[in-house]
Amino acid sequence: MAAEQTGSRARPGVPLIDGREKVTGKARYTADLERSGALVGRILRSPVSHGEIVRLDVSKARALDGVLAVATGEDCAIPYGVLPVAMNEYPLARERVRYRGEPIAAVAAIDAETAERALSLIEVTFNELPAYYTSGDARAPDAALLHMNKPGNLERQVHHEFGDWNRGFEEADLVREEKISCAEVNHGQIEPHACLAEYDPLTGRLTMQSVSQVIYYLHMMLARCLQMDESRIRVVKPFVGGGFGARVEVLNFEIITALLARAAQGTVFMQLSREECFLTHRARPQTDVSVKIGMRSDGRITACVCEVVQRGGAYAGYGVVTILYAGALLQGLYDIPAIKYDGYRVYTNLPPCGAMRGHGTVDTRHAFECLLDRMARELGLDPFAVRRANLLRAPARTLNGLMINSYGLPECLDSVERASGWRERKGRLPAGKGLGMACSHYVSGSAKPIHWTGEPHATVNVRLDFDGGLTALTGAADIGQGSSTIVAIAVAETLGVALERVRVIAADSAITPKDNGSYSSRVTFMVGNAAIDAAQKLKAILLEVAAQKLGAAPDNIEVAGETFRIGEGEQACLSFSDVVRAALVDRGPITVTGTFTCPEDAQGGRHKGGAVGSTMGFSYAAQVVEVSVDDATGLVSVDKVWSALDCGYAINPLAVEGQIQGAVWMGMGQALCEETRYLEGLPAHASFLEYRMPTIVESPPIEVQIVESHDPNGPFGAKEASEGALAGFPPALVNAIADAIGIDLNELPATPDRIMDALVQRRRKARLSRTPQATS
Amino acid sequence: MAACERQPGKRVLRVKLNGRWREDAVADNLLLVDYLRDVARLTGVKTGCDGGECGACTVLVDGDAVPSCLTLAIRCENRHVETVEGLAAQGRLSRLQQAFHQKLGTQCGFCTPGMIMAAEALLRRNPSPTENEIRAALSGNLCRCTGYVKIIESVKFAAEEHHGG
Repeated sequence: MAAEQTGSRARPGVPLIDGREKVTGKARYTADLERSGALVGRILRSPVSHGEIVRLDVSKARALDGVLAVATGEDCAIPYGVLPVAMNEYPLARERVRYRGEPIAAVAAIDAETAERALSLIEVTFNELPAYYTSGDARAPDAALLHMNKPGNLERQVHHEFGDWNRGFEEADLVREEKISCAEVNHGQIEPHACLAEYDPLTGRLTMQSVSQVIYYLHMMLARCLQMDESRIRVVKPFVGGGFGARVEVLNFEIITALLARAAQGTVFMQLSREECFLTHRARPQTDVSVKIGMRSDGRITACVCEVVQRGGAYAGYGVVTILYAGALLQGLYDIPAIKYDGYRVYTNLPPCGAMRGHGTVDTRHAFECLLDRMARELGLDPFAVRRANLLRAPARTLNGLMINSYGLPECLDSVERASGWRERKGRLPAGKGLGMACSHYVSGSAKPIHWTGEPHATVNVRLDFDGGLTALTGAADIGQGSSTIVAIAVAETLGVALERVRVIAADSAITPKDNGSYSSRVTFMVGNAAIDAAQKLKAILLEVAAQKLGAAPDNIEVAGETFRIGEGEQACLSFSDVVRAALVDRGPITVTGTFTCPEDAQGGRHKGGAVGSTMGFSYAAQVVEVSVDDATGLVSVDKVWSALDCGYAINPLAVEGQIQGAVWMGMGQALCEETRYLEGLPAHASFLEYRMPTIVESPPIEVQIVESHDPNGPFGAKEASEGALAGFPPALVNAIADAIGIDLNELPATPDRIMDALVQRRRKARLSRTPQATS
Repeated sequence: MAACERQPGKRVLRVKLNGRWREDAVADNLLLVDYLRDVARLTGVKTGCDGGECGACTVLVDGDAVPSCLTLAIRCENRHVETVEGLAAQGRLSRLQQAFHQKLGTQCGFCTPGMIMAAEALLRRNPSPTENEIRAALSGNLCRCTGYVKIIESVKFAAEEHHGG
């Protein structure tokens, strides 16, 4: 079916089902939980970037009045990590520290003052080792190894070749290459990390409430590190104040707090400072991208060769997946006949990186889209034309085995070209103003879960009891993206009942079915499909009952507006509560289970690492950015953004719009001003004053066009909407800067100092080229 | 005497909190945010940073929006402190609460109480602000979810509703 752009306009969408709690202050986040009597946890962190722990003496801290527990690396000898193949981190350092800020010891005390005093009494001495803060230094031949089993300090290298790229370059009319560097950025979710761990010594049970995006990972890692039976652990997610990938991996402070609670035989509350949140990190790594493209004079791409180096930090975390994503999603956006990718994930003595919105794909996409624009310019082609020359056709399978079932990119391009007035305005703006554009895409859930358990990829239970209330139970974590609202809509729509009849209980391991969690934009697609499946099963039961009562075949009954009816007329209908009462006779309260699983052929290519990037449906996005650049100060301001995203079908257009605006804006932060800075491993950015996220003053209007390509497998045809638009912003901005002042910037973010450097260099070059003429 | 120096003095704080007078014994160095969250249990007041960076703790003191993490509780003696919990009267959302809910000015919701209080202070002194005035009034409040687009829409909507009604 052809994608359309108008459908969602007729459906305004609904507010979040938990929105009222948020606007009234009733929503309880982890730090708001009732915790009278809880001990306060604090963590001692390494003051050195790399060193052997020669001596660690906690005896004075332990002896301090009011201290109930002290934990060190001695208390947990089992490493943890998000990937089963790469668990190389201890919650508290053992023998060696590898970054400044790594946890060494922790205390639980009656109050914060006592806990902090106890930390100051801990004595620790190090034998310092050489430390590396750049990928280049860490990869130097004589560099000491951070991890003995990783020569060259390479966590993972990837070498993938698809198609004959040599021939592709031979067939090209133009071959160009760029080296582009992107700074490390951080999630910056506004809620600081916090957790509340309650250990009951009488039953040997542990209840953990935390800011997790994936309570199932947390559950597993707590059991692993504390050597507890999983059945004795309960993990609950209260309201969560944003994630963006920060809370997918289990974080050291969560395991540390559980260790303290068990040692203290009680309840421990831990809240990290903002500085500690930055140290905990797990965000987008500093990345160097070299990209080379071959292009025919009509804009058709003949080959692409790309090398990516990620400065990963001190531990594995998600690194293997991040470096695979950086190469895998070179594909799936355009039709490229040959691709070679080399990726290097490097260990350095900095806080570990991890997953952040657009996981692994953003910096590669940035480099690719910048180069594409520059080549178009050289060939005299319009940026839109060069993208249109390389479109895919759905259904398709990419060279690396990714499945494409719906593809709304052409409509996205048309839509933002029109909305931005591109054809009329491009090249006609006043001096210092410019327009730039770029495209991007993202997965609707990773088709292959990290843990291959054989279970369905998503499970939702729906309960129906005497009160006629529908309770949907899901393990998916609502972190503000509105996942619980999607589940409620899916159930209500399928059953033809009012949204208010549905209650969603999410992410409590004692109640809700296991879910793989909120990452890779999987929830709408997978959990949405599972919710529809559950609701359909319940609907079948209710139809059967209604059919009996109405004396008709179930197939002839329609359900809408909480009424079951055959044809027209008053006699021929039953209310929802009539049917519920009848359904419960003999059966009692009903619970149905709905599931969803991505089929084998959606799970990517057969090559090593081929599962990463695989998905049931890609979202597609195009955007146009309008900028003003002040060439006296180098300040770039974004005047307006037009963004179009193909989300398959907008189940809740209001939320889709909000997600796209948020993603575009987060891309803007990375492009314009956000970067972490370390001085010998010491973070110089670890506050919201130093880590510059755009405020409301610098944030432009973001006009959203929703494109609906009706994915054949998506819930109601839907795909993801939260990540796909992000990666297009940085290249669209840099392309707009080129349009405004003729500078091709090869570094992110586009801060005034970088713009000024480029302008000064250009002036110098111009002067030098004029000098010989002047003397002749 | 060294030990005494570490122990700050306590005094009785009389404060009007969301329309009701109350008295509590508080330490001289107790921050307003900790008083509101830990003593009065008004946990709608949030802490998002290490002090004065994010605006999540914004409350009204005699109608002015202030960051409660940079304000001593005792400075509010005999003054009126309002938090997001005080806005919904008789089971009805305030115009700003309704607008933030309806227009999706809130996603994760963590910055929302501070954002709404800063906007409340604005609308009380300027019932029909321009977009630039809205931006200026909320410039100390960080949001990481919305890109601010729907926050601006929410405040505008609340201002228009007020005039319409």
